[in-house]
Amino acid sequence: MYTIAEKILLAHSANKNIKPGEFIEANIDLALGNDITAPLAIEEFKKAGFTKIFDKNKIVLVPDHFAPAKDLRSANQCKILASFAAEQKIKNYFEIGCMGIEHALLPEMGLVKPGDLVIGADSHTCTYGALGCYSTGIGSTDLARGFVDGKIWLKVPASIKFVYKGKLPKWVEGKDLILFTIGQIGVDGALYKAMEFSGPVIRKLPMDGRFTMSNMAIEAGARVGIIEPDEITWEYVTQVTGKKPKKCGMKSLSCENLKSDLNANYEKIYEWDVSGLEPVVSCPHLPSNVKPASKLSTVKLDQVVIGSCTNGRITDIRVAAKILKGKKVKTGLRLIVIPATQKIYLQSVKEGLAEIFVKAGGIFSTPTCGPCLGGHMGILTVGETCLATTNRNFIGRMGSPESFVYLSNPAVAAASAITGKITHPGEV
Amino acid sequence: MIIKGKVHKFGDDVNTDDIIAAKYLVSTDAQELGKHCLESIKPDFAGKVKPGDIIVGGKNFGCGSSREHAPLAIKGCGVSAVIARSFAAIFFRNAINIGLPFLESEEIDKISDGDELEIDLNAGSIKNITRNTVYKTQAFPGFLQELVQAGGLMKYIKHRYCR
Repeated sequence: MYTIAEKILLAHSANKNIKPGEFIEANIDLALGNDITAPLAIEEFKKAGFTKIFDKNKIVLVPDHFAPAKDLRSANQCKILASFAAEQKIKNYFEIGCMGIEHALLPEMGLVKPGDLVIGADSHTCTYGALGCYSTGIGSTDLARGFVDGKIWLKVPASIKFVYKGKLPKWVEGKDLILFTIGQIGVDGALYKAMEFSGPVIRKLPMDGRFTMSNMAIEAGARVGIIEPDEITWEYVTQVTGKKPKKCGMKSLSCENLKSDLNANYEKIYEWDVSGLEPVVSCPHLPSNVKPASKLSTVKLDQVVIGSCTNGRITDIRVAAKILKGKKVKTGLRLIVIPATQKIYLQSVKEGLAEIFVKAGGIFSTPTCGPCLGGHMGILTVGETCLATTNRNFIGRMGSPESFVYLSNPAVAAASAITGKITHPGEV
Repeated sequence: MIIKGKVHKFGDDVNTDDIIAAKYLVSTDAQELGKHCLESIKPDFAGKVKPGDIIVGGKNFGCGSSREHAPLAIKGCGVSAVIARSFAAIFFRNAINIGLPFLESEEIDKISDGDELEIDLNAGSIKNITRNTVYKTQAFPGFLQELVQAGGLMKYIKHRYCR
């Protein structure tokens, strides 16, 4: 009687059985670091006297946060990754040119598969839960330890099930579902839990929308945001890897068995009919401060950002382009569109989407996390307000502690870029 | 281990962007990070804090990003321990892994800014010297105690492989 999260942990541990609250040591399939977290991990790894990583195929390094290097010190950090990758012969190091925002890049490269146990020194590593992985954010020292022996200490989380029923209205997508959920349960509503997203609405949700939902599980405090694999998942996996895997997880957990048992234990089950849901927006300064977009038309904007590990995928870029086609960005407003990977960038160029943004008066950038965390490429100054498709609106998140960040789906962001205030996409 | 210091009180959901803003994440040096600790919500914090002082937060302390620079900045500015109603999961592991002492307590509402506390980490007790009271706290489970006693995760792992 296990949930899918528990099954994956069990399959990666030496334990015969596991239960929530228990501490286990688990074998990882993949460990990820970026230009902010990996330098510290590499430092800890070397300081402890270790010289060789456990497996050159199971470590991924992506300089994406401050890359392309925004200044000298960021350049040094990127260099630390490049040097370590070369020294340890790490296969999956992604330099500018093949780099993308890590949580869009790894699934696209076929590096994460259903049933895997993935750790990443980045809180949004929970994104891959959309594929049916146990994928979780950890710190730099955890990553350093992962470098040593490919293991991680974990406390088995209790699971909370979220069942979404009904039919999603027009303009409402994965982002709205997860913002709505966080609004309902709060930023610690799933503290140290496994969130499991399910129900008929999830079964119909495309992969990109699922990635968006799992991505923001951390914003409710969760360790993972997991979705049982189905036909949509397997079609995606087959497309990116060229084949459907035969086994999932280390102890030959069969792919068919990669789902929660009928009598699995949940600490709580939430069930919502989302047929009446409107596009929603998180207001400053917490993701849980959620209001309908239609009620925020008095909020004037200085900047709109469309991108990030949450909403920088091709579906997101397409939705935004469709709304902005033939339109102009409001005079004085800055529109910054950032496709999450090189592949998405190229696809956007091929489909004429990049041209739509540029003609509308926006900019179309190379992949980077950049403005989402106040790194570069769109920092806010005192008194400025930004609507972003990103994941956090904490005080000072995108620059000045006296600036304001609102979070929405790409359609709301695109519509708002045209009007200069928060706007329901149905209005443009 | 006994820790004694003055309280700096914070509210609920203190996030890792509050603790150390992303613009400072071009360094891994605890002292340097410490100069900007909690700057965006208490600009004078790093200047006021004295070695040994204690941070007391509300629920979900350290939520947000996985940046280990957050507990490093707290350590680097001289803070000796953090007490909160609850900790966000990644901050919790990072604090354990790098050896930043912390405790969970339901009684944080009874503690005020400026109070003098004495924490006994082994016993898991918090004594408020200013108010002459003792607060309840949960001791760490066995496995975490081992990590703490080893002096953090890398020392624990080193001991396992390099004996």
